[in-house]
Amino acid sequence: MTTTRDFVNNPPAGPASPGLPASVKQNLQEAPDLVDPIFQVEDVSVFYGDYEAVRGVDMKIGQKQITALIGPSGCGKSTLLRCFNRMNDLIPGTRVGGKISFRGEDLYGDDVDPIEVRRRIGMVFQKPNPFPKSIYDNIAYGPRVNGIRRGLDDLVEQTLRQAALWDEVKDKLKQNALSLSGGQQQRLCIARAIAIRPEVILMDEPCSALDPIATAKIEDLMQDLARNYTIVIVTHNMQQAARVSDRTAFLTAELDSAGVRYGKLIEYEQTSKLFTTPSDDRTEAYITGRFG
Amino acid sequence: MTATLPQHKAAGPLRGRSRPLEPAFRGVLLASLIVAVLFLIVLLSYVFIEGSGRLDTRLWENFPSKLYPERAGAQSAIVGTLYIIGLTGLFCVPIGVMTAIYLEEYADGERWYNRLIELNVQNLAGVPSIVYGILGLGIIARGLGVGRTLLAAALTLSLLVLPVVIISAREALRAVPGSIRQASLALGATPWQTTARQVLPAAVPGIATGTILALSRAIGEAAPLLLLGAVTHITFNPANITDAYTVLPIQIYNWIKQPEAEFHTLASAAIVILLLILLAMNSVAIWLRNRYQKRW
Repeated sequence: MTTTRDFVNNPPAGPASPGLPASVKQNLQEAPDLVDPIFQVEDVSVFYGDYEAVRGVDMKIGQKQITALIGPSGCGKSTLLRCFNRMNDLIPGTRVGGKISFRGEDLYGDDVDPIEVRRRIGMVFQKPNPFPKSIYDNIAYGPRVNGIRRGLDDLVEQTLRQAALWDEVKDKLKQNALSLSGGQQQRLCIARAIAIRPEVILMDEPCSALDPIATAKIEDLMQDLARNYTIVIVTHNMQQAARVSDRTAFLTAELDSAGVRYGKLIEYEQTSKLFTTPSDDRTEAYITGRFG
Repeated sequence: MTATLPQHKAAGPLRGRSRPLEPAFRGVLLASLIVAVLFLIVLLSYVFIEGSGRLDTRLWENFPSKLYPERAGAQSAIVGTLYIIGLTGLFCVPIGVMTAIYLEEYADGERWYNRLIELNVQNLAGVPSIVYGILGLGIIARGLGVGRTLLAAALTLSLLVLPVVIISAREALRAVPGSIRQASLALGATPWQTTARQVLPAAVPGIATGTILALSRAIGEAAPLLLLGAVTHITFNPANITDAYTVLPIQIYNWIKQPEAEFHTLASAAIVILLLILLAMNSVAIWLRNRYQKRW
């Protein structure tokens, strides 16, 4: 995995297309093949009561890759993301149709414990949401609820180092996490998610509340983490998807014959291909900024 | 098609029109405030001046006396009041908070029985206290055979303030942002771990404030306790939850009934004590609120 910095120092030659700035376009790279997908999504639909918000999604998500879900507001990309760790279960009346397999196991099988699912598939939210506790306790919370009592000091340090936050907070571990800046809070939330060593990290627009510098730090961190973790990120920011992801899925909202809006997967491709030679007109219209 | 916007009039002086309603409203609002505050100040100063002659150690060191106002005190009533408030808190806080947790964190608000419970809790908060007194007398004192004791009084007052405790605890729980719950659940915490380790600690200041304010309502209650044995003249401190008891509002009421003016002075002095206890409890509530105030 190459980081943003490597891209800048040694930009690979890439094909050109309208829409994205040249600096981003020339950094697009071929992603490894999807030989051993961690998630297999087959004909997945999500219902809120009687309303079908997302219809018929099929996709495979690669291990230790970054997969981006992009699309206009209301296209169901966050809804789809929340299926991967069963966070949709928390909204009464939500139902998932079709099948999502995680390492070959049906995520929505009868004997699957959603709590166990969430221990293995972590999540970072749109707005930084640290607990109103110390930085240390924020990181230690996940391990603690999982029954880990000993070695927490080492675990906290190791986690914060992995999240590239250690140097900034090592002298104030007992301070309230809410005293950190927005960007630091979000990196703390990422650190908190990796403290329980999940296999996947889901990120729901993690940078939408942050300034460009904080965003760049999080993107760097994502590139680092992708060496060990599978990351699925929802983003509004196409350049972000192009910068960080291996594969990109473009979803959009369409009207069915009855005039009901629903979210639909239009195109799922290697990021380098989707942003340069999209095969669907709707994708091209979106990435060139003609709608959305 | 070109639409034309209306042209601005040539610049004139920026003098304002006169708006007589604005100061009028301000005046009305201020007048309301003055009436409320003035009334309170008059009441408080009246009680304080009336009672100042007997605001001394005799008030809390001596027991009531029907014959010698100069020797009479309110120790048994002060101790009784503190006992009852303590016991009431002990009974109603755990039940009230757990009910609130159930309704806020676990219950499916769409189900008819949960909505029925919600509606009833809200209605119960408005039931007159004397009704609780009759209930306490009929069910707790007589039905359960607790008798007209300290325990019966505390249980009855617990029922009286329970709806208020539930409502304020629910509000405190609702004020904890959903993002905290999501963060916890996304880390593989169970719903109970999430409630016990994140939601409840974050809601404690709100719950404590609401509970103390509810208890300070109970402290001034005389009506239900009149039915529950607090009318007698008590010359000893309750030592046991099955003892007979009296409380300050009842003691005050008894003294005011007496013909001698000295007893009236005594009543005013006891009112000052009651107000001081109330003030102390409300200060704790405010302190708690400020001490643990959270920013999200």
